Amino acid sequence: MNRANLLIKASPWLFTIGLFLFWEAVVRVFNIPTFFLPPPSLIAQAFVEFAGPIARNSWITLETTLIGFALAVGFGLLLGLVVGWSRAIYAGLYPLMIGFNAIPKVALVPILVLWFGIGFVPAVLTAFLISFFPIVVNVATGLATIEPELEDVLKALGASKLDIMRKVGIPRTLPYFFGSLKVAITLAFVGSVISESVASNYGIGNLMLQAQAQFQVPLIFAGLVALAIEGIVMYALMAMLEKRMTGWAQRSGFGQT
Amino acid sequence: MSAFVSLENVSHAYAGAEGAPAVEGLSLDVEEGEFAAVVGPSGCGKSTLMKLATGLQFPFKGSVTVAGERVTHPVKIAGMAFQAPTLLPWRTTLDNLLLPLEIVQPYRGEMRRRKPEFAARAETLLGSVGLRDQGRKFPWELSGGMQQRASLCRALIHEPKLLMLDEPFGALDAFTREELWCVIRDLHASRKITVILVTHDLREAVFLADRIFVMSARPGRVVVERRIELPRPRDLEVTFTTQFQDIVHELRAHIVKARQ
Repeated sequence: MNRANLLIKASPWLFTIGLFLFWEAVVRVFNIPTFFLPPPSLIAQAFVEFAGPIARNSWITLETTLIGFALAVGFGLLLGLVVGWSRAIYAGLYPLMIGFNAIPKVALVPILVLWFGIGFVPAVLTAFLISFFPIVVNVATGLATIEPELEDVLKALGASKLDIMRKVGIPRTLPYFFGSLKVAITLAFVGSVISESVASNYGIGNLMLQAQAQFQVPLIFAGLVALAIEGIVMYALMAMLEKRMTGWAQRSGFGQT
Repeated sequence: MSAFVSLENVSHAYAGAEGAPAVEGLSLDVEEGEFAAVVGPSGCGKSTLMKLATGLQFPFKGSVTVAGERVTHPVKIAGMAFQAPTLLPWRTTLDNLLLPLEIVQPYRGEMRRRKPEFAARAETLLGSVGLRDQGRKFPWELSGGMQQRASLCRALIHEPKLLMLDEPFGALDAFTREELWCVIRDLHASRKITVILVTHDLREAVFLADRIFVMSARPGRVVVERRIELPRPRDLEVTFTTQFQDIVHELRAHIVKARQ
């Protein structure tokens, strides 16, 4: 039991280290040129060598992403509640949202640049635009799946729609909402990096673009690793938040064996 | 004296539903304090009857009267329980019981001031259905039968005059079901409450009810009304007597005919 637990605790690290070892081995065994695929050792070296710029730009990307994400949470929650509130609004807005979500957000960056100039603002907005959709859909789904019997029990007592929303709708939507935050935060990173690499002088996206121009392939990969780390940390934070806020919804033992 | 719950020549069709209405020409009277059971083939509009009597749906023809008032809005003096317990998983069992009091007046306005009193009432109610000291547990920590008991308590917490039960024991095993029959029997006896039980279990109906209404296939209306003269209080043993079995057989024959 204890040993099994230890294994589960250690397994993410083992798998990650395993992946990098495998990568290193493949590069060495097949003698792959470092400008094509640098080995992890070289990437680590670049990481140390360019620690300053990487840290600075990571911070900028993180800031951009978090502001965009915060906007997405506020707007997504609000729109989700509105869409979940009324069948008519749901029917009206849903095709529009699907259509909007189908647009590649990179195609919006030039328009945003046209409106706001290059740099910080379009990156924040891209992060926002790409990440609000899953939040809206999840909140609306949570509201739309209230048990009809429970609704009857409350309606028969004279509950208004707002009462049902407050007492049942919103609490039961929270697991969907917090679940969607995990998806949304990773999408927000995608948005900000896209915009940074197309239209900004700062951020990891821009750093990677410059590294590519100077053919510093290990630095490109170091940028990717920095992004991955930020993504994992933020995801873990969201997962922790989810667990804290909606412990009652996570009592299933599925997958624990 | 006129009936406590009265449906007169009621027809109802759901909006958007094609073809036959759910119920047509349905008439039925239930006296105050009476235990009525409604049985019938599946899809005969039993659940529609529930919704009509509680003011969740309104008929396009005929009239529904509860406690002397024409039903034009939800009937707040009714409590409801269904086959699924529908307890809220994020609330403790006790807080689940308090939910109706947070909605219905006059309790709603007094919730903050009288909460300890209400909580005590909920504890007493839980005790009366054999759930003493279970109030602090979450619903998902209780067995199916216990959840259903809690669901009954939730239906009774605001001291309704009318209790509507829609196949409340359908999902339980036979032994738990019989246990809960006795719980309902005792609640009815001690509170003098009017009960309308919708069920497809004829033994359940005969054991619990003063009067049984048999409904026809869709569109539903009452085809047979049968008074059950078995003396009260009834013990589970009564279900094994020939008198009991004869009534069940007789009703069964009506349902078989209604299905055709």
